[in-house]
This record gives sequence, structure tokens and C-alpha cells, in this order.
Amino acid sequence: MTALTPSPTATTLVDGPGWTAVCPLGALAPERGAAALVTGSDGEELQVALFRLLDGTVCAVQQLDPYSGANVMSRGIVGTRGGTPTVASPVYKQVFELHTGRCLDAAGKEPRAGLAGDLASYPVVVSGGVVHVGIG
Amino acid sequence: MNETQGTPPSTRPDPRHVVVVGGGMVAQRFVEALRARDDAGAWRVTVFAEEPRKPYDRVGLTRYFEVRDAEELTLGDPALWDDPLVDLHRDCAVASIDRAAQTVTDRLGRVHAYDELVLATGSSAAMPPIDGNDLPGVFVYRTIDDVAALRGWVESKREAGRVETRGGVVERPVRGAVVGGGLLGLEAAGALKALGAQATVIQFGTHLMDVQIDLGGGHALKRLINDKGISVRTDTATKAIRPHRRTGHVGRMDFADGGRLDVDVVVMATGVRPRDELARAAGLEVGERGGAVVDLTCRTADAHVWAIGEVACIEGRCLGLVAPGNTMAEVVADRLLGGEATFPGADTATKLKLSGVDVASFGDAHGRTEKSVEIVWADPLRGVYSKLVMADDARTLLGGVFVGDAGPYASLRPMLGAELPGDPSAFLLPEGAVGAPTLELPDDANVCSCNNVSAGTIRGAVTEHDCTDVAGVKACTRAGTTCGACLPLVTKLTKTELAKAGVEVSNALCEHFELSRAQLFDAVRVADLHTFSEIIARFGRVPDGASDAGRGCDICKPTVASILASLGNGHILAGEQATLQDTNDHMLANMQKDGTYSVVPRMPGGEVTPEGLIVVGQVAKDFGLYTKITGGQRIDMFGARVEQLPEIWRRLVDAGFESGHAYGKSLRTVKSCVGSTWCRYGVQDSVGMAVELELRYRGLRSPHKLKLGVSGCARECAEARGKDVGVIATDQGWNVYVGGNGGQTPKHAQLLAENLSSAELLRTVDRFLMLYIRTADRLQRTAPWVEEYEGGLEAIRQVVIEDSLGIGADLDAAMAQHVEGYEDEWKAVLDDPEKLARFGSFVNAPTTPDPALAYVPERGQKRPATADEVASGTADPDLVSALTSPVLVAGPTLEVRA
Repeated sequence: MTALTPSPTATTLVDGPGWTAVCPLGALAPERGAAALVTGSDGEELQVALFRLLDGTVCAVQQLDPYSGANVMSRGIVGTRGGTPTVASPVYKQVFELHTGRCLDAAGKEPRAGLAGDLASYPVVVSGGVVHVGIG
Repeated sequence: MNETQGTPPSTRPDPRHVVVVGGGMVAQRFVEALRARDDAGAWRVTVFAEEPRKPYDRVGLTRYFEVRDAEELTLGDPALWDDPLVDLHRDCAVASIDRAAQTVTDRLGRVHAYDELVLATGSSAAMPPIDGNDLPGVFVYRTIDDVAALRGWVESKREAGRVETRGGVVERPVRGAVVGGGLLGLEAAGALKALGAQATVIQFGTHLMDVQIDLGGGHALKRLINDKGISVRTDTATKAIRPHRRTGHVGRMDFADGGRLDVDVVVMATGVRPRDELARAAGLEVGERGGAVVDLTCRTADAHVWAIGEVACIEGRCLGLVAPGNTMAEVVADRLLGGEATFPGADTATKLKLSGVDVASFGDAHGRTEKSVEIVWADPLRGVYSKLVMADDARTLLGGVFVGDAGPYASLRPMLGAELPGDPSAFLLPEGAVGAPTLELPDDANVCSCNNVSAGTIRGAVTEHDCTDVAGVKACTRAGTTCGACLPLVTKLTKTELAKAGVEVSNALCEHFELSRAQLFDAVRVADLHTFSEIIARFGRVPDGASDAGRGCDICKPTVASILASLGNGHILAGEQATLQDTNDHMLANMQKDGTYSVVPRMPGGEVTPEGLIVVGQVAKDFGLYTKITGGQRIDMFGARVEQLPEIWRRLVDAGFESGHAYGKSLRTVKSCVGSTWCRYGVQDSVGMAVELELRYRGLRSPHKLKLGVSGCARECAEARGKDVGVIATDQGWNVYVGGNGGQTPKHAQLLAENLSSAELLRTVDRFLMLYIRTADRLQRTAPWVEEYEGGLEAIRQVVIEDSLGIGADLDAAMAQHVEGYEDEWKAVLDDPEKLARFGSFVNAPTTPDPALAYVPERGQKRPATADEVASGTADPDLVSALTSPVLVAGPTLEVRA
């Protein structure tokens, strides 16, 4: 499960380790992405791309675009392919599933050396109007 | 290969050798046809060309005045001449032929053996025996060199006629005359006009183009030619050309009727003579009026000597047109490869390409067939004359003449000899008056006469060779690849055949919309919709089993964003529109490879003050940006991070700059030369016009980027003809060219209208751009749009200039709305805290730079570090910064220079 809608049990969950409160839900514009800086349990700083869909769902994937090597995924166009929410890389237009990070269309390109072609995806919980990302 | 066997390395015999004498269009066609079909490599070809260049399009010679680039006239695929089996000797005429020894001797005395010899020496311009025909200033009109010499002469005469007076520079116009009122004479007169000279056509016969068209057509043509500013004297014999007393150059023409004409230049265009001197010297039979006599296989009496093109006397005459010459080339290529082809008879249809004047004729244009019936439609007000010649059954088409509007020519010419369906007069009436019956061409109807392609061949390209578009059919059949006159017909045949074959030509934008961009544009405009949600709910495609059409994608969203912007829906980041924008439009800057952006303030017409330059320089220095001059005459600043964009733009806007829309599918720049305000040669204020155009169309969203250019004189220093809209000053106003671009497939813009006033120019460009915006495909630039627009440039001209669709006022109003509604996108963002909030780097750390950005210095500025440089830099940052070598990796906030 990568995207959860607000629920009564969520509060207890996100207070635990591995979860980071990122921003109020209202800071995210529907159908546009935003980048966030999150510190993982290993102390490494990680860039995450957050997307708020029309129904209020929030998805999180890696901000690094594996096909260009730039931290830009949050700036792609949000849409759907066959009903599934997607984001397209703003650099070379690869299309990724927002819920899973899976690459649906590599646009004829290979990812940069050492990078996976799919995006990492992270669980998101919106609790008390605050967006939490789980990167533990 | 087993070397002990002692067999030769290849059992294939050496190729036989065919020598082609002459390097014109027909020679090119012969070599092309032979190499295309000789899969086994049985022949090698040597071509001896008298001119110092590759074969070029002599039919398009007049175009040389516009393009001024001999390369543009080169025929076919230049790779043909790199073929190892093809040898082209330029500037190397053949001096003699020894038929007994089967050799030719070139002008350098070298002897070349041949197995077969093809004469393709063409014609030379005839020089009528008039006194003074050898004076300096008398020209013929046949080769690129002739045309270049003519141009040089006219330009030197213009310089000589330039007189400085106290009131300024006064130019005496250069006075030109053309002897001969045929096809070539009219082209030459058009060329003189294009060079800025006056032109008078002297015609010996009763009317212009008397070989091709009848007297009625001739009268209509004379009116149209007069409208072009060209004078015409018919029934006039030239008695002598007299020298100027002082210069000894041509000065005056004396006519048999006692009339006189003062001239600075004379072009002889009275016909051509076959270049048959080699054939005569070699003892080959020549025709009564010259030309090497050949049979229907194009072979002379010598079994190893052939003749093709204008030098060949076939069926008792020489043919001065390229189409039958090409057919002969194909016949000989086929024969050499063992085929049985014969010359099917000449198609003498012609179409005049003098810009703006349509003249076409085919078949028995003079009605010389016994008992033939003529049907004439003349409209002197519109300058139109059309005539069909029918057999006495009043159904079978024998010929036709079209002056002023050659529209029906393309579809009627292939019907030559066939029965027309319905009343023949219906084909002559102005379009829309009565619906002309639909023509179903017979398979053997010749559609492309230049390349001899029948309707059946075009149909076969679709049904048997699986071509699915016009481009494919052109490549497969070569139809429409030479003069292009048949393209509308080729397009129609292709589309009809595709529809018959059940091939659905999908115009669908993407999985969310089945409409094409142009259809969607109209739908949104007519339905008066203003948001993506409304549009996809109304026009989106709902897949089987789904309840809605989804939320669009990276194809349809920017397309809808562009449509909404073109229709005037406020700021592109207002409300839901913001979610539709590509990152460039969303950040109002151009994303670069490392995720930073480049910033380009507008500098209309490429004009910038020293104060403006200082501001740009200071901003770039303060923010550590890499700077470069763009191709569009302005300055690009690279390496700006998202969170820096508002601060950078605050500085630029405060200094009076505004968005340059370098990020948008919209007007980019109007490039200009310095024009008459400074330049010694400029005839109009090109910078002023460029600034006016750029301010008028700034922010105009379109299917693709738009680039304009304005040159202050015919020297064209602004390279305006490489632009979507190019404006070139003349001493009478502005010429406007459309459909040019650079890039991967460069195109020169084509002439749309001449000598416009500034107001006329604006209206013309307004309508052209608005029509393009409404009807082009997604990401289709103007060049392919013009090509694919039904009826091509001529149809666009009619809509834009003559308002043939009656939408002129509507297009004008749409552009007026754009001009009125323009606001600087960046200033609007700076004034709106909600929009400004989008420019944070991280939602939880809006001013923190992307920590992954890294730069290295290069040539005194910075550039993004490569992955390897980053890897070595981050592995041991202390070490790297301690050493100055190999690279210094700097973080995003580090100043490159102290």
C-alpha cells in the first residue's frame, strides 16, 4: 500500500519511526507535484516527489529521474494511462505509474548507468491535515 | 575463398560502360533510373557535363532569383553522384565522337571508350539575327550562369543609375526588355521584375504564349501580366538593338513599326535550338529542324548510340519540355537493362510558374481537331479565362486552356481523351457556383507528367505497397516530386484509396481525445469551453467499461493549454490551467539537463540598450549564471534554480524587461538586420518593423514555436526566409514569405504577397498566423502545415489575401483580442503571491537549493558537472578542492569566479 486516505488509525502509525511529516495537505496543489527533502533512518537526505490527485490521495516517488539523472520528477505532468494515475518525466517524457513507480513507457531510452528504470515509491499517510512520507 | 583453386575472386563480369554526353535534367533522370533498376550492377555510367555543377532544375531557374543558392536547385538525391558506378565529369564537354572506335574525346583531349552512348546535350537558346544582338547587355536565359550574369548586370546598372542629390539618393530604374512572349520569355520578364528592373515583353505573334494558348486566353494573360507591372507589346518585330552613345552598352530597341524603346538590358527568349553539332559531326542523321533522329526506343541509326531530351528528334520533332525528356530517359534505361519500353508519345501540357499568374494548357488547346467544340468561360473582372476543347460528342475531352485560375487543370489534364461525366461547363464555373461532378480517374490517366506516374500507380502504392500517407506515396512513386503541380490530386487519390481500403487514418491526439488538434480547437472555440475538466468531460474518449475519460496526459494537457491560451483565457498559470502546463510553461523558463532553467528576457527585434545589457550582465553575475547569445538575437542565462527564478525576474522586470517566451510554443523572436536607419543599403526600417511585429505577437500561443524575421533589403541579412514568417523590404513596401524554418529539415519560406504597405503586412501576418493556430496539428510547424493545407500555399493565399472563406474579419478580431489582452506573464506572477508560491525548491524547504547540483568551470564560466566528475568530486571533496586538477566540482551556490 503506497497511498492511504486519512483514517482514525493513521495517527498512531505515523508517530512511529520511519515516518516524516512533510507539509500540510493544503500546500500541495491538485494534479501538480512538489519536491520534499526527507532524512531517512540512515541519516541520508533523500529527495521525494509528492503528487496530490484530484480525490485527495497523495502519492510519493523518488525525485531523481533515472533517465536524465536530474532531480525533477515533481515537475512532470500528471495524468492517467488507462485510468491509472501517471507522471511524465519533464526531461525525456518517460511515463511512470504514480502508485508503484513502474515505468510504463521508456520513450525508447535506457536509464542512466547504475539507475533502475522504475521509480522507488513510498507510502504516504495524510493525518490531521499533514502529509507524512514513510521512507524507513 | 579457397585460394588453391586458382579461380578469379569474382565470376561477375566487369560492368559495361555507358557514356552520357550532357549533364542536364534528362541526363540526371537517366542515371537515376538506371541505377535504381540495375540491381546487378551491370552498367557503370560516366556523365560529361559542360556546366561546372551537378544537374539542376532548369525549370525552376526563375526561383534562383529568390533562393540565390545554386545548391537549392540541385535535382534528386545528391548521393547519386557518390555511387561508385557513377562518374560525373563537370566542366568537361565532349569534343568529338568516334562511332567506329566507340570512343568519345573530351575537351581536355582524353579518350573514353563506351559500350553504349547516350546523347543528352539538350538545347541552346536561339539568338535571332537582329542587328546588335551581340552588344553588352544582351542576355539569354538558359543556365544558372546566364541568370547570374543577368543579375550582376542589372545590379551594376542600378548602381550606375544611383544619383546623389541634395534631397537624398535618387535611383533611376533599370529598364529591361524581353524579346519573346512565350513561356520562357514570361519567366525572364518575371525574373527582371524580381531584380527590381522594369520589364517590357516584345512578342512577335498576336498574343502571349501563342504556342500553348488561344487568342482569348492570350488577352486574359496580358491583363494579368500587366497587373504584375510588366508591359507587353504584341505584333511587334524587333528590327535592331542600338548601342548607348557613351557606354556602348545596349541603349535602345528599334521596332519594325517605327516604335522605339530605351533599354539597359535585353533578354532573348525566342526559342531553343537542339545542340546536335556532335551528332552531325559523327555522321548521324539529323531532323529537318535539327536534333538527332531516333526511333520510338530513342535509338539512332547506330545501334550503340541513343538520344534523349531536347536533342532527340522523335516522331519528326524535338520536344522542348522536361516531361517527355524524362520519359525518354526512362525508356533508354529500360532498354539497356533488356526491357521493351517505347516512347508513348509526348505530353505537351504546360503550366506557367510565374509567381501569382496561373496559366496552363494541355492537349489540343487551339481546337485544331476536326469538328471539335470549344466551351469557354471568361470573367474579365476576375481575370479568368478557361476553355475546354471537346470532341464533337461533347463528352470526350481533347484539351484545355486555363488563364488566371489553373484550379481545374490538375484534375482535368489526366482526363485527356476520356469522357467527362456530366456537363463539361460545370468544370469551368467558379468553384462553389455549381458543384463539379466528382472525377473518378481511369487507372491509365497520367497524374504526374514530370515523372510519368499514372493514377493506377498511385492507387497501387496504397493497395499493394502499403503506403499510408502522401509522403509515402511520393517516395514510392515519385509522383509530385518534381514540379509539385499534381500534389493536390495525388493527395486526393491517396486519401480516397486509403478510405476504400478501410485504412483508418487516425487523427486522434492521444488515448484521451479522438479529435485532432485542429478539430479540438474548433470544438473548444464553438462550445465556448474554458477549462480542461469541461473539455475532457465533453469531448474526451471514454474507454469501454470506464466511467470517464481519465485525467489526460503529457500530450493532450499541453495541447489543451495551448488552445485555451490561443483563445484568450487569462494567465497560463491561472486556476486549473496551471496543471496543464509542461514544466517550461509552468516555471516560465526552459528546463536544462540538470533540472535548472535558463532565463531569456525579450529584446524585441534584437534591440537592446547599453543600460539593459548592464542589467542582464549584473543579474547573470550576481546569480552565477552562464550566458550565451541565442540564435534569435537575445541573451540566454543558464543555471537558474527554481527558487531563484522570481528574484531574477524581479530584477529584470524592474529594469523594464519582460518574458521572452523562450519556453513557450509561441512567438520566440523577430530577428532583424539593422535596416535603413543605419545601413547604406537598407530600403526600409527593418528594426522598427521587427519591433512592431514582436510586440504585436509576443505571448501568442501556437501549435509550435514561431520565429519571424525582417530584412531591410533584398540582401536578406536577417535570414528571414528561414523563418515561419519572413518579411523582406522592397523599395515599394514589404514582401512577405511564409513557411520557412531551420532545424533538422530546413525550408525556405515561400512568397505569400509582394510590396505590401505596413498596415497590409500586419493584416496579412495576423491572418496567416491565426489560420495556422486554428488549423495546424500539434507540434506542426508552419512549413509542413502549408504543405499539408488542402490546396497548399495558393489556398492559404486566397484565405489570407482574398478572404475566400469569408473568415477574414473573424481572424482579424481574434488577433485584435490577443494584442489587447497581452500582459507580461512574469510581471503577473511577481504580483501574485499564490503563483509565486510555486517557485519553491522543496515544499518543506522552499529556499534550499537542490543539493545534487554540481558545476565545473569552463572557458571562464560554469557548466554542469558530468556524472564522472560528480562521482570523483563527491568521493573526496576535500581532495578535489585542494587540487586544481583535474576538475573543480562546485556546489550549486558556489560562485565560479571571485
